[in-house]
Amino acid sequence: MIQVDNLTKRYGLVEAIHDVSFSVDKGRIVGFLGPNGAGKSTTMKILSCFMPASGGTATVAGFDVFSQSLEVRRRIGYLPENAPLYPDLSVASYLDFVAEIKGIGRVARRGRVADVMERCFITDMQNRLIGKLSKGYRQRVGLAQALLGDPEVLILDEPTIGLDPRQIAEIRSLIRSLAGQHTVILSTHILPEVSMVCDGVIIINDGRIVAQGTESDLVRQAFPSARIEVRVAGASGDVAASLRAVPGVTGIETLAARDGAAGFLVEAERDRDVRPDLLRLITGNGWALQELHQVGMSLEEVFIRVVAGEQDSVEVMATDEAP
Amino acid sequence: MRWLPVFKKEMRLYFGSPVAYVVFTFFLLISGWFFSNLFLFYSDASLRSFTQPQLGQNLNLIENVMRPLFTNMAVVLLFFIPMLTMRLFAEEQRSGTIELLLTYPVRDGEVLAGKYLASLALLALLLVLTLLYPGLVAYFTKVEWGPILTGYLGLLLTGAVFLAVGVLVSSMTENQIVAGFGTFGILLAFWIVGWGAEFVGGTLRNVVQYLSIGDHLDGFTRGLIDTKDLVYYLSGVGLALFLTLRSLESKRWKG
Repeated sequence: MIQVDNLTKRYGLVEAIHDVSFSVDKGRIVGFLGPNGAGKSTTMKILSCFMPASGGTATVAGFDVFSQSLEVRRRIGYLPENAPLYPDLSVASYLDFVAEIKGIGRVARRGRVADVMERCFITDMQNRLIGKLSKGYRQRVGLAQALLGDPEVLILDEPTIGLDPRQIAEIRSLIRSLAGQHTVILSTHILPEVSMVCDGVIIINDGRIVAQGTESDLVRQAFPSARIEVRVAGASGDVAASLRAVPGVTGIETLAARDGAAGFLVEAERDRDVRPDLLRLITGNGWALQELHQVGMSLEEVFIRVVAGEQDSVEVMATDEAP
Repeated sequence: MRWLPVFKKEMRLYFGSPVAYVVFTFFLLISGWFFSNLFLFYSDASLRSFTQPQLGQNLNLIENVMRPLFTNMAVVLLFFIPMLTMRLFAEEQRSGTIELLLTYPVRDGEVLAGKYLASLALLALLLVLTLLYPGLVAYFTKVEWGPILTGYLGLLLTGAVFLAVGVLVSSMTENQIVAGFGTFGILLAFWIVGWGAEFVGGTLRNVVQYLSIGDHLDGFTRGLIDTKDLVYYLSGVGLALFLTLRSLESKRWKG
């Protein structure tokens, strides 16, 4: 449904994205992930036909975004970053304008506008001026205009930014409900959002794609072995060696002791859950178990690893704005 | 006909905000002031021509009231039109709404047509309202409508050029103040450029005179529709709108 090949965009001397390639299948919801300034918005501006690329090609629904732009634009709903809207129009008259410009006939328009307002929970705000709405409502009006005309492809740049937790949950379930009939590409820097809403992930950093696939694929690639943190107190003898002897364990790293408990990072084969065996060993030896949990298995860890790996720094923490 | 939604949106914004009302109110006040002064002077001169017949020889409603009124209205438009056009693209570029507008399934030309025609419709409405002045005169005396209508046509064409220049400047900036003053500066320059014609000779003199916006209005106010003037106005509008499209395209490349 979306096919991007070797896309490059330069603003003067600055290269915003470099050689970006990916594809999104019909009916899938894909999260576009990356730190601020990574090139998410640039890619979305190109896909939405707002901006031509400097190099490479992109097709949406089989049409080229540059040479068949009008065909593409008939098939997409776009929500730009920060949902730019006309503050002096009321919600209903704005959506009526969008419906008309998208070519929805006079007869159908009223019903379609009422429908998207209901889906985005803005029906009771329809006579308010957009400029008087809170950020959360404006964001939802922006989403409503993208949904008008029932486009095959939705391009949503940070759709949940500025919403309160309850609204975020509503919008996420709305987006989730689009899966199947609609192809959605949404950008975010809220990592749990991707896990909750998306079928696939594309991680972009510094204008380049650094990882793509489903969440479990990415976790598997980034962490070939499972890692389990174990903390035990009152242990005697060579705990590390005993742990190492458990079948499936491939390595042991000793962590700094905390609260009088020795800590170990156990590496194990991914496909084999060694936790029950570890537990049996610990209780069997009469050690006091303080902690036993898997680490580094989330998308968040993957993100930090691939992004930091590129920039050779761990300062890029994408979770600071997480809800 | 995909320009219609944009046209309607712009109309809603003109009349949904105070812009249209403020411009209408002050334009009508000022042009009404010009008209009443010119007309009072004219009726005074007509009265005195009973006792001094030589005064009445050159007395004529078109020459003494309507022609100066048209020129004055053109000058007032020079001040007011930048205020009608400065918003059109600059505001959309500042707020980012241009990004949505230019990704809807309409051509840039249709967006431009909708915006330009909305401003032109506003101007036409404004001029129609001033028909009250010759209408009042017609209530009292016989009026020669031909030169009045050509005068209005000339005024509309002058305003159409002003609007096209305004739209062009608005498309080049995201600052409305810059758009407004830039338009005003360019229009003023084209208005006064003819004043320099007396001091230059040869071809340059012809060029300077041809460029001057005000000179082309003159024929219309006398009841003349000259192709030369029509070409001037229409090519002016065409050139400015063409450059606007190029300016929008360049904005797209820059993101």
